[in-house]
Amino acid sequence: MSRPPPLALGGGLFLREANMGRKILNEKDMKRTLIRMAHKIIEVNRGAKDLVIIGIRTRGVYLAQRLAKIIEENKKVAIPVGSLDINLYRDDFQTKAEQPVVGRTEIPFDVRGKVVILTDDVLFSGRTVRAALDEIIDFGRPKAIQLAVLIDRGHKELPIRADYIGKRISTAKQQEVVVKVQEEDGVDEVVLVEGEEV
Amino acid sequence: MSAQREHLLGLEGMLAQRIKLILDAAGPFKEVLERPIRKVPTLRGISIANLFFEPSTRTRISFELAEKRLSAEVVNLSSATSSVLKGETLKDTAKNIEAMKVDMVVIRHSSPGAAHFLARELQSSVINAGDGAHEHPTQALLDLFTLRERFGELQGLRVVIVGDIAYSRVARSNIWGLKTMGASVAVCGPPTLMPLKVEEMGVDVYYDLDQALQGADVIYVLRLQLERQQAGLLPSLREYTNEWGITAQRLAKLKQEFIIMHPGPINRGVEITPEVADGPYSVILDQVTNGVAVRMAVLYLLSGGRHEG
Repeated sequence: MSRPPPLALGGGLFLREANMGRKILNEKDMKRTLIRMAHKIIEVNRGAKDLVIIGIRTRGVYLAQRLAKIIEENKKVAIPVGSLDINLYRDDFQTKAEQPVVGRTEIPFDVRGKVVILTDDVLFSGRTVRAALDEIIDFGRPKAIQLAVLIDRGHKELPIRADYIGKRISTAKQQEVVVKVQEEDGVDEVVLVEGEEV
Repeated sequence: MSAQREHLLGLEGMLAQRIKLILDAAGPFKEVLERPIRKVPTLRGISIANLFFEPSTRTRISFELAEKRLSAEVVNLSSATSSVLKGETLKDTAKNIEAMKVDMVVIRHSSPGAAHFLARELQSSVINAGDGAHEHPTQALLDLFTLRERFGELQGLRVVIVGDIAYSRVARSNIWGLKTMGASVAVCGPPTLMPLKVEEMGVDVYYDLDQALQGADVIYVLRLQLERQQAGLLPSLREYTNEWGITAQRLAKLKQEFIIMHPGPINRGVEITPEVADGPYSVILDQVTNGVAVRMAVLYLLSGGRHEG
């Protein structure tokens, strides 16, 4: 039976117990990577003026909070952080048998005129990012949207690329990149798991 | 192979888990309604027919807004302007609309079981927007959502439903839903408007309003259909107001905190006085706002698995 390719695999949702996978980043690597990304964001935008960070649920939100914290400590300014649930903007809505649970989108600030750093854990097909772009623009017209991802694993199906990449890895399509964060999973790490043939 | 269609026909027999799923789903939709653009593209390409064979303002507009805010295509039919007046049967009307490729049907009808009948006859998902004196599930769901928003949980709440219990689909759906979610429910009204064997639904029955209101967290006031008086079930509207009307004087006697709910439309000065309806404990307009979010959640959950295979 064929099934549509999963949109957002970042969550570790499909991690099987027996299959622990290969470690891509450990806690220390992850910390260092996020610091590097945050500095790059400051460099590209020549400071933190008008910066806001929006994370894609679930794990992108935690990464967004961490990037914001690093930038805040560095530039001594408050960086607003929002979270986005893209389920209502999915493009595979009509082919799914069961509706995904919709989480809350919380953008408690005006995005108009701001530089939005859209943050997710893994960039895969690019479809999640497409949905997120549409959703953000429904909140107003930002000055710019830049994409930050912890892992870019290839296999894009849309012309979308990231502006800030923590680590680029090459993967086979059926493999799964599982990003774990302290807040949700009790540990900070990224592992590459062998998936089933699709 | 096409996926099994799901319907929303009533709350009788619906599992607590399912009710909770709908209420949980409604929260994010309420947030959508507060955005600058109160619309999401989720149901693009899905067509929904609203078949209203009975007058309705609130429910009909609420469904239509919910559908439009999910980007569905909407067609409306009301009996006053349709071939129903030419004698077309419900089955034929529905079959014809379905032949035009409609994915979901929302129906309000004066006959109990009309929605169940369509669910058997049609391939589309059917949502009951009120069938006679039987059920009005989306009303009860929005009431449960409003209560949960207010009190945090439904378990252990004491709800008193006042008025015309016998002819009220709102009362029936609410009793099923509240009981399933662990609330305790009492009903109170004139004996002529109390259904036979109502205790079998697991509710306490009162004929004395002041006694019923003791300790109530929620006072749910039903609309009094004015035709009941013409039918001889009530001596006079004035007597009804004296015995069963919710007035500020009556509420002043209560020691506990409470909220007032009403499904609308209100007969001001009959079942409830204007000062109570507009009072600080009234959540009547919250119910209306929440109605759109809850209906969006129901439409979203029922629309899965379309066009598969």
